[in-house]
Amino acid sequence: MKILVAVKRVIDYNVKIRVKADHSDVDLTNVKMAMNPFCEIAVEEAVRLKEKGAATEVVAVTIGPKAAQEQLRTALALGADRALHIETDERAESLAVAKLLAKVVDEEQPSLVILGKQAIDTDNNQTGQMLAALTHLPQGTFASEVALDGDQVQVTREIDGGLQTVALTLPAIVTTDLRLNEPRYAKLPDIMKAKKKPLEVKTPADYGVEVASRVSLLKVESPAERKGGVRVASVDELVDKLKNEAKVL
Amino acid sequence: MRILVLADLHEGQLAGATAHVVAAAQAIGGDIDILVAGEGVQAAAEAAATLDGVSNVRVADNAVYAHQLAEPLSALLVELADDYTHVLASASTTGKNVLPRLAALKEVSQLSDIIAVESADTFKRPIYAGNAIATVKSDDALKVITVRATAFDAVGGSASASVEAVDFTPDNAQSRFVDESLAQSDRPELGGARVVISGGRGMGNGDNFKLLDGIADKLGAAIGASRAAVDAGFVPNDMQVGQTGKIVAPELYMAVGISGAIQHLAGMKDSKVIVAINKDEEAPIFQVADYGLVGDLFEILPELESKL
Repeated sequence: MKILVAVKRVIDYNVKIRVKADHSDVDLTNVKMAMNPFCEIAVEEAVRLKEKGAATEVVAVTIGPKAAQEQLRTALALGADRALHIETDERAESLAVAKLLAKVVDEEQPSLVILGKQAIDTDNNQTGQMLAALTHLPQGTFASEVALDGDQVQVTREIDGGLQTVALTLPAIVTTDLRLNEPRYAKLPDIMKAKKKPLEVKTPADYGVEVASRVSLLKVESPAERKGGVRVASVDELVDKLKNEAKVL
Repeated sequence: MRILVLADLHEGQLAGATAHVVAAAQAIGGDIDILVAGEGVQAAAEAAATLDGVSNVRVADNAVYAHQLAEPLSALLVELADDYTHVLASASTTGKNVLPRLAALKEVSQLSDIIAVESADTFKRPIYAGNAIATVKSDDALKVITVRATAFDAVGGSASASVEAVDFTPDNAQSRFVDESLAQSDRPELGGARVVISGGRGMGNGDNFKLLDGIADKLGAAIGASRAAVDAGFVPNDMQVGQTGKIVAPELYMAVGISGAIQHLAGMKDSKVIVAINKDEEAPIFQVADYGLVGDLFEILPELESKL
């Protein structure tokens, strides 16, 4: 079976972001970019399924600017077989990404699509669910365990009260939670080999999808700063401050 | 404007978050209906009918909605959505699972985790793990929105809305509930607790989390954890506070042995008062803490418990 994995290029998770002075957006010039951490987990899971013999081919796809090909090369170095880049410089929101991915699903006919549960820049947590809706496929979101079983996949999901397991009929859409696996590092020979793996480039127009956004970003601000606190010297002082100054006890 | 709020359920009962989402709906303005969908949810529907500001409670009581699976629930919402200008749910795992599916089926965008209502089409929401706040305007005819419950004060419960049944049973051959394991706890729910005490990697192991029990009992607090503590296997993941776990905003948040990584701060930095207990005086948590105590948590926690 074939697995499709969607990856996103985002600001590195360790970077302390800056809001632009004109409040139009976050400043991404000369900032370290990387693969979204939840997407790394998606790639790792797909590659593990291939190593177990459950999958025969892993296809990585991304939608974004030309530079996003770096993240596809990373996915190839981690074990994906080939890659597809849908190139656009527009700010593609979740619905547009889901529409494009739905076209790719239609073309590639994968048995399983794995995405991260959310991108750490927009924090939307929407694309996988929207893709499932548009393709009329079942969804297993926030997965911490994925087990293929014949024509079904059992997905253990992280829900508010604990864990829930659902069985989905394949083909299905799965989104990864952080605890699904621990992604491997790409080794140098694999990075070299990845440069020779096929990477196809298309545009949203090739799929007849409008990327234009229906949500306008009016303003981006820094959150209210917390006031610098005080150090207390002892437990007694802490309890006293909480009782008499903060009045929370 | 007509607003539909998808009720949050916890083990078949109405969850506290629903009253917060109704408050967000009131800020938008218009008629507010609540949809209670599940199996055996009559009591939850009656509880929802008491929430202030609610016009109608619509109840879909059917085995197909048990366990809140996304496929049937989104089909139900699609069936009802044409009567409304806004569909809201809390940004719980159920809301996050179901609403984007509804939005795509209606071919509209979805706004996640709003923290403020500017007008009926303009909202504020955090991005980049809460390190920036975006003001966004939706041009869609139907606004599909998840709400950060902690950002809105709960409405009261003295109303008596009408309750009517919704008769709609979607087919769902695609997904099936297998089982669930819910963490059992007598403590308040993490998302709604007035006081939260959380442990991090500094706790050393899972047994040491017992050091937090006595303090939590005395304060009526919920116990949380950092991702590091969850990944190390000290505690189950549903205790995790952060960008990838729960977002809390209690009156008092005590961070014990937690360094204060960006992803953790995203889940708790809107708490009213933050206390940090850490032996590393350079730990970033001290930059957001109102009260910081540098020292060994294994000495501090027993002393704190005895002095509360």
